[in-house]
Amino acid sequence: MATRLTQSNRAGWLFALPGFGLIAVFIILPFFFAFWLSLTNQRLISPNPTEFVGLQNYADMLSLAVVTLEPERDADGAVIRDETGAPEYPRVRSITRSDAFPQYDGMREWFRWQSGETARVVIASDVVFWKALTNTLLFVLIVAPTQAALALGLALLINQRLRGINVFRAIYFMPVVVSIVIVSLLWRFIYDGQDGLLNTVLGFLTFGAFEGHDWLGDPDTALGSIMAMSIWQAVGFHMVIWLAGLQTISPTLYEAAAIEGSSKWQTFRYVTWPGLRNTAVLILIVITMQSFALFAQIDVMTNGGPLDSTQTMVFQAVERGYGKQDISGGSTISVVLFLLVLTISLVQRYLTRER
Amino acid sequence: MANVNLSNVTKRFGAVDVIKGVDIDIDDGEFTVFVGPSGCGKSTLLRMVAGLEDITSGELRIGGRVVNDLQPKERGVGMVFQSYAIFPHMTVRENIGFGLTIARAGKAEKNAKVEEAARILQMENLLDRRPSQLSGGQRQRVAIGRAIVRNPSVFLFDEPLSNLDAALRMDMRMEIGKLHKQLGATMIYVTHDQVEAMTLADKIVVLKEGRVMQVGAPMDLYHRPANLFVAGFLGAPSMNFLDVEVIDVNGDEARVGNAALDPIVVRTAGRAIAKGSKAVLGVRPQYLAPVEPGAGMLHGKVRIAERLGSETVVDLALRDGTPLIAAFGEDKVFEDGQPVDLRFDGASAHLFPREA
Ligand SMILES: Nc1ncnc2c1ncn2[C@@H]1O[C@H](COP(=O)(O)OP(=O)(O)OP(=O)(O)O)[C@@H](O)[C@H]1O
Ligand SMILES: [Mg+2]
Repeated sequence: MATRLTQSNRAGWLFALPGFGLIAVFIILPFFFAFWLSLTNQRLISPNPTEFVGLQNYADMLSLAVVTLEPERDADGAVIRDETGAPEYPRVRSITRSDAFPQYDGMREWFRWQSGETARVVIASDVVFWKALTNTLLFVLIVAPTQAALALGLALLINQRLRGINVFRAIYFMPVVVSIVIVSLLWRFIYDGQDGLLNTVLGFLTFGAFEGHDWLGDPDTALGSIMAMSIWQAVGFHMVIWLAGLQTISPTLYEAAAIEGSSKWQTFRYVTWPGLRNTAVLILIVITMQSFALFAQIDVMTNGGPLDSTQTMVFQAVERGYGKQDISGGSTISVVLFLLVLTISLVQRYLTRER
Repeated sequence: MANVNLSNVTKRFGAVDVIKGVDIDIDDGEFTVFVGPSGCGKSTLLRMVAGLEDITSGELRIGGRVVNDLQPKERGVGMVFQSYAIFPHMTVRENIGFGLTIARAGKAEKNAKVEEAARILQMENLLDRRPSQLSGGQRQRVAIGRAIVRNPSVFLFDEPLSNLDAALRMDMRMEIGKLHKQLGATMIYVTHDQVEAMTLADKIVVLKEGRVMQVGAPMDLYHRPANLFVAGFLGAPSMNFLDVEVIDVNGDEARVGNAALDPIVVRTAGRAIAKGSKAVLGVRPQYLAPVEPGAGMLHGKVRIAERLGSETVVDLALRDGTPLIAAFGEDKVFEDGQPVDLRFDGASAHLFPREA
């Protein structure tokens, strides 16, 4: 209905103002602010005046190099080996602290690999950042597809007319309602190395053969454990989105497919999945963004440890900005994260575009 | 051979009986139309034949084989839905070939059959379009095309034309008639449009509240309706019903009349009509003719007249206040309130016992 109110431009702007204002103050402004801070040496509290440092923060954070180490040789030129027979190499420090290589100054080893007798070492000026970046990417790469697929499976199961189906819907959705902080706390008990629920259950299932494992205390299992928990926690949310998508597909299409003799799998492939296209795009983008924002689980469960095996971008941003009072460093990570998510979203949109 | 036989078929949704014992025999190659008012169970019955709804009790045979417990795909039927139900993300070609894709038919075979179907439906030039680029009539053609490529022995149509506008509906109606002649397959067609029923059907099944009211050829039903419901349901405008008294019965003829109707002799068509009882006399509007005042047996006044050019439909009030519709096959001018006398041939009227 076109009344004077709905046609008036001024009224429209007035209605938009509160929302727009809040978004501007809490999202748009801080974003530009972070962008600016990442170009300075701002600290949370500092007696020195803030200086503009250009891209120095980015250089400090992103610089990487590969150095080649030749095995140590004795006087005869034979390779010196340790007890296990592996060749011994000079310490990386001998390069990063050497005046002969000023460009590697202050860098530390991130990881290394062997090619023949020589070792190649990737050194970075900010190893923790690189670990956080790879952990985050790994998290996204594993969690996004797994969570989306599981949620779709649940939605398909739940999208049936069965007695009591609402009970299942409620159960699957329940973890979403509970705060992630609470969930993380609870799962810390589940993953506990001494007498956690998971160890008890595994021990019971294997008739005591399973000895118990400190899931969050082991660098090899900590990130995986957090992934499993995160998938479990949010799968219900995406299930509901899939469910909404499933319910937009006309039941007559299924009937037409049934008449044409379509099997369950063919029906999914030719009717359900194409009908879920838009939902899939939405879910993919939402899960990706949520996964990149991984923070609370880390903060509650591992604090980035053990041995930086669960460092993530957002956790590092907060850790630097507030923990180490290095506002410019935190901002730099935020900006890099923003560019990363933006690029991935654009690529996803391009790949899933309507053809 | 694909005759379809329903014997004592019922359907119950929870506590509601929707189909209450239906017996219908459809011969191979016959075009059968289910008609009836909204909610009478036409779609339900058709969907039971298709296998989309379970049969609560009774027996359904297709080609002599009991198919009650068979999946839709095992029944050899093709179906066209009111809402087209074509797949929005597939091209016309993919839609028509869907059944063949499902059956994993070879590419060459699929192409040949799709093109054959497109030729029959005159839509060869549309094959690479998507459904969103088609008109309603074209979409329905795609749906029909999808049904015909698999060459089913029985075609089921659930109100396929009711989403189309009047002109297109007539075109498509004729095309479906042609298609039936061309394919010679058994077809069951659900509609509540009686023009579709009358023009397309070899056999009409009139349903009401889950029961069969009458089965027969269109003209059988039109000229010899078995009951008041069928009499009133077929024909437009619908038949006039007058409450009359039976003055005299003589063999299969009766003399009836009332305050507005001078006594007239009509056929009883073998129905039990007792002398002195009350009965209902049905007269089609088209069988009424205007005559000089005093010369007719019905006396009334014009309430409103509609001139359609080829026809004039007059709404009258009879002397005792009963409303009556008359349709004259010519353009005629009537004043509102003008007194009119009407006559009709007793042989064209239908006498029904008054229902309790
Ligand atoms: N799934 C169902 N559950 C309960 N009742 C149903 C169901 N489907 C249909 N009915 C009822 O069965 C009756 C017949 O429905 P049906 O769809 O067969 O009518 P129809 O003759 O096709 O009507 P229309 O001309 O409006 O399409 C209706 O009263 C309807 O409410
Ligand atoms: Mg219907």
